[in-house]
Amino acid sequence: MNLALFVVVFITGIALVVAAMTIAGLISPRSFNPQKGEAYECGIPTRGTSWMQFKAGYYLFAILFLMFDVETVFLFPWAVIVRDLGVAGLMSILFFLIILALGLAYAWRKGALEWK
Amino acid sequence: MFDFSVVTHWIDTLLRQWLPEWGALLIEFVLVGVVLLLLYAVIALVLIYAERKVCAFFQCRLGPNRVGPYGIFQSVADMLKILIKELIEIKHIDRFLFNLAPFLVIVSSMLAFGCMPFGKGLIAIDFNIGVFFIMAVSSIGVLGILLAGWSSNNKFTLIGAMRSGAQMISYELSIGLSMLTVVVFAGTMQTSGIIEAQNRGWFLFTGHIPMLIAFIIYLIAGTAETNRGPFDLPEAESELTAGYHTEYSGIHFGFYYLAEYLNLFIVSGIASLLFLGGWMPFHIGGWDAFNQVMDYIPSVIWFFGKTAVVMFIIMWFKWTFPRLRIDQLLHLEWKYLVPIGLVNLILMTLVVMFGWHF
Repeated sequence: MNLALFVVVFITGIALVVAAMTIAGLISPRSFNPQKGEAYECGIPTRGTSWMQFKAGYYLFAILFLMFDVETVFLFPWAVIVRDLGVAGLMSILFFLIILALGLAYAWRKGALEWK
Repeated sequence: MFDFSVVTHWIDTLLRQWLPEWGALLIEFVLVGVVLLLLYAVIALVLIYAERKVCAFFQCRLGPNRVGPYGIFQSVADMLKILIKELIEIKHIDRFLFNLAPFLVIVSSMLAFGCMPFGKGLIAIDFNIGVFFIMAVSSIGVLGILLAGWSSNNKFTLIGAMRSGAQMISYELSIGLSMLTVVVFAGTMQTSGIIEAQNRGWFLFTGHIPMLIAFIIYLIAGTAETNRGPFDLPEAESELTAGYHTEYSGIHFGFYYLAEYLNLFIVSGIASLLFLGGWMPFHIGGWDAFNQVMDYIPSVIWFFGKTAVVMFIIMWFKWTFPRLRIDQLLHLEWKYLVPIGLVNLILMTLVVMFGWHF
């Protein structure tokens, strides 16, 4: 039942976009002018393309994020049954967290968290 | 306390009397979709009006006051205007990705919206992985924003999208860690289960100091997650015109506008679900008469009231703090919020294990 409702809500979201786009396409005015199609930057024609190489700093943070996000995924099942696991569960997860914290400390020390 | 599942069961049995099983199910699904769609639109319109009024009062202005009494129809008029505006066809864009991006943004906010517990028995999707599911679907929105910025082939949108992506994925960690803290305390991920667990008292009051820290971290991260307040540098008007949606016009832009305000509602709704008891009334242990009076207030009013309070606080942030720089923003997350969140999680585990909570 929940899965069916998930599909229903998913379709509702798509239907909202499609319906609004259809209405807008039917009633909105159209006028053609070559100037309109230019990129909205500063008035003079754009130099070169925008699909270019980009600052590597964002990439570093994305990798760090990936590490910690996977960690969160592993922690969620543990969090549900933490009461039943007792001290053994706490110790094993503490070990896991310490390794991760060491990873963060390493990245910090190496200057990966600095914005240059 | 009135249980809204009585109403839904009544509709269910009524439909099953007249129709075969598949027909009844089909009509129920359509009803759920229509109700969610209406709520989605109405909440977004009310929020746009509320935001403009609140920000006007913070600056000693009057705000919208021409269209209807106190200007309450201003946002409806704005939406109609956006709907009939021209969709400008831009050259040199990646057309497929450009059109796909609004779908991702709207669908992700709609799915998270469907998980909101609006009242007792009023919840569309109630998975047993509840809050985890909300976190998963709301992170799809980042993809939509990145695609929007990349496909527009414009330097402003590219910088805006990259900043927004870095900001949203970073602060998602803090949201995840504070959610984890609550899940450790509640012992369940199911939305209705978390609310039932707050029957004796809201988690903010029963959860001791770690819960308070988690709430503060959640508020900061939630503000950053919605690209608002002091963290609005992806669309800093003075630097980047409009950020990642510079090239979008008409209703295309309207989708981003809608999704932004809905995300504000969703973040506040999750805050009230996790920390302030969702639709659960305010109870004080032992005060039976007081608790009974509180039970008379409908659950829907409790949920929307708490959400409105959290939303007001987030709007308040916007007019109190100056905008952060990108390096300050990332330092705040990675050097303060993530380590504090990790330590806080261990603290909460200790509190739960040794029973130091109320």
